[in-house]
Amino acid sequence: MWDLENAESGPMQEAGSVNDTPSKTKGRCVPERLVRVGFIPLLDMAVLVAAAEQGFARREGIRLELIKDVSWSNIRDRLAFRQFDVAHMLGPMPVASQLHLGSNPYPCFTPFALGRGGNAITLSVELYREMQALAGLDGSEDALANGLALKQVVEQRRRSGKKPLVLAMTYPFSSHNYEFRFWLAAAGINPDTDLTMTIVPPPLTVDAMTAQAIDGFCVNAPWNMIAVEKGIGRMVATKADIWPSAPEKVLGVSPEWAEENPETLSRLIVALDAAARWCDDEQNHGDLADMMSDPAHVGVPSEMILRLLSGKLTVDPDGRTRQVRNYMAFQDQHANFPWVSQALWIYSQMIRWGQAPYDEAWLSRVRAAYRPDMYRTVLGHMGTSVPPIDSKIEGAGTEKFIDGRSFTPDDILGYVEGFDIRTAINPAVAD
Amino acid sequence: MTKDTQSGQRPLRIAIIEENSIRAAILIDGLREAGIVDVEVIETMTNMLRRLSTMDPDVIIIGIENPSRDVLEQMFQVSKLVSRPVAMFVDRSDGSMIQAAVEAGVSAYVVDGLRKERVMPIVEMAVSRFNAFDRLQRELLEARSELASRKVIERAKGILMRTRQLSEEEAYGLLRQTAMNEKRKLVDIAQSVVTAASLLEK
Repeated sequence: MWDLENAESGPMQEAGSVNDTPSKTKGRCVPERLVRVGFIPLLDMAVLVAAAEQGFARREGIRLELIKDVSWSNIRDRLAFRQFDVAHMLGPMPVASQLHLGSNPYPCFTPFALGRGGNAITLSVELYREMQALAGLDGSEDALANGLALKQVVEQRRRSGKKPLVLAMTYPFSSHNYEFRFWLAAAGINPDTDLTMTIVPPPLTVDAMTAQAIDGFCVNAPWNMIAVEKGIGRMVATKADIWPSAPEKVLGVSPEWAEENPETLSRLIVALDAAARWCDDEQNHGDLADMMSDPAHVGVPSEMILRLLSGKLTVDPDGRTRQVRNYMAFQDQHANFPWVSQALWIYSQMIRWGQAPYDEAWLSRVRAAYRPDMYRTVLGHMGTSVPPIDSKIEGAGTEKFIDGRSFTPDDILGYVEGFDIRTAINPAVAD
Repeated sequence: MTKDTQSGQRPLRIAIIEENSIRAAILIDGLREAGIVDVEVIETMTNMLRRLSTMDPDVIIIGIENPSRDVLEQMFQVSKLVSRPVAMFVDRSDGSMIQAAVEAGVSAYVVDGLRKERVMPIVEMAVSRFNAFDRLQRELLEARSELASRKVIERAKGILMRTRQLSEEEAYGLLRQTAMNEKRKLVDIAQSVVTAASLLEK
């Protein structure tokens, strides 16, 4: 299905050095191929916007049509209906689709991750002030200390017979769901028995918190900072605190489309690689912020996007800021490489929280969701640094998980069993 | 016939998730003309899940522009029992989309423009596709759990044979007798044996 011949032929070689920035206006004289991309307005779609607006796609003979949508379920279904050729997707979505989880599972895959970072956890200011009073927080604490303070509040509420806190994320198969739960559990809170976890679509998170329907949420930029600036939210953890390597959004690809358009797909990967490098360069952040602020894309002020891109976050309405290293990374440190070990980590969290049974026969389906082989085939000879391996031990070195454990991809069950807080692994299936 | 569910027990009950009252009215009209009167409109996200579970609809209709679709997705994930056919509607014309949806084997459909006479056929299609898919999923799940049960029972038998020097038949008999005495399933007793053995080994 993946045509190596096509991937290596054609105008790709003419594309010039990968470090060139194409001009915004000048086009090339090749017939353009239309590629329709579905997206949800979030900052982590930056690579797609840059590819479309800064000429990276055009240089590869592609016209990228960005189509805004409102829900991840729609993104999934419209890819299945062939209204989109590719889509901005949550990293766990291709894995869930290959495992037939969720309604309308349509198996898709990703050959390219769109970057890391951007997620954060925000609690309501009232809840955070309660944590401060109870645990003596002065505001400088790290994510784990904030989690432990939340645990004290959760326990106190239980003792006094108050109803459990309600925390929201955006989709059951999302980095937000797994990161939120990871952080809570690392602090000794069981997300299924100590709290109520619910879903709120990203654009509604701030309103839901204002209406006191939820006490906290985990979502990508810009919503956390908007909640803080409106004076209703306090950011207590970022993705980088929980697991700096965590994959975020990916390019989801329809397998039929890929089969019919192998050359277009490889050119698209080349375009996105160059766009991602451009997005990482601070000198371009002003232009990028302007493109993203367009109502057709994210539609929030350019000034706020610029601060988010620099990782300078306002975390508390009292004005406290925090500089987060690598808050958003688009290309650096192999941010686009679809690590199989990260797909397997996602599967481990699906098992941990009872979304999927452990079944060795499913491992090959998980692997089918992330396709580093395609990434390597296309970019291996383009001057982009490509890892020689598909899997690694996750959470080793400086990229630690907040609980300090590391993930060895060939011992998923051992890893899941090692968590104190988890749903019972389906015992009939676990061997 | 159109008024009955697949089981024929009670009239079809439909929930419409729609903030726009004009669109909701078109849907209600279309359903009423097809003889369906048990319809409830949910306009706000607040308490949507509670209202849906109280109402227990047979079909959920939601506009494609409604971000609450992801909330439904979570509901289906948390409780398989409330998984329901979802019919989706858009206000624009795209004939190829219905065909594509059918080919994709999913239970979500899209109307060529929101016209009341198109409502019922779409709802019926959504229901039949959902049932077909749901049956397939259930059969897969049953087959998987059957296989897994057999594996656990095999392992429990092995443990009993090894630790209590029993024959295979005696080991199976012991599991069965214990299950009967304790009024529990054979596979649960087998699982207890396997769990206990793994604790003792460590």
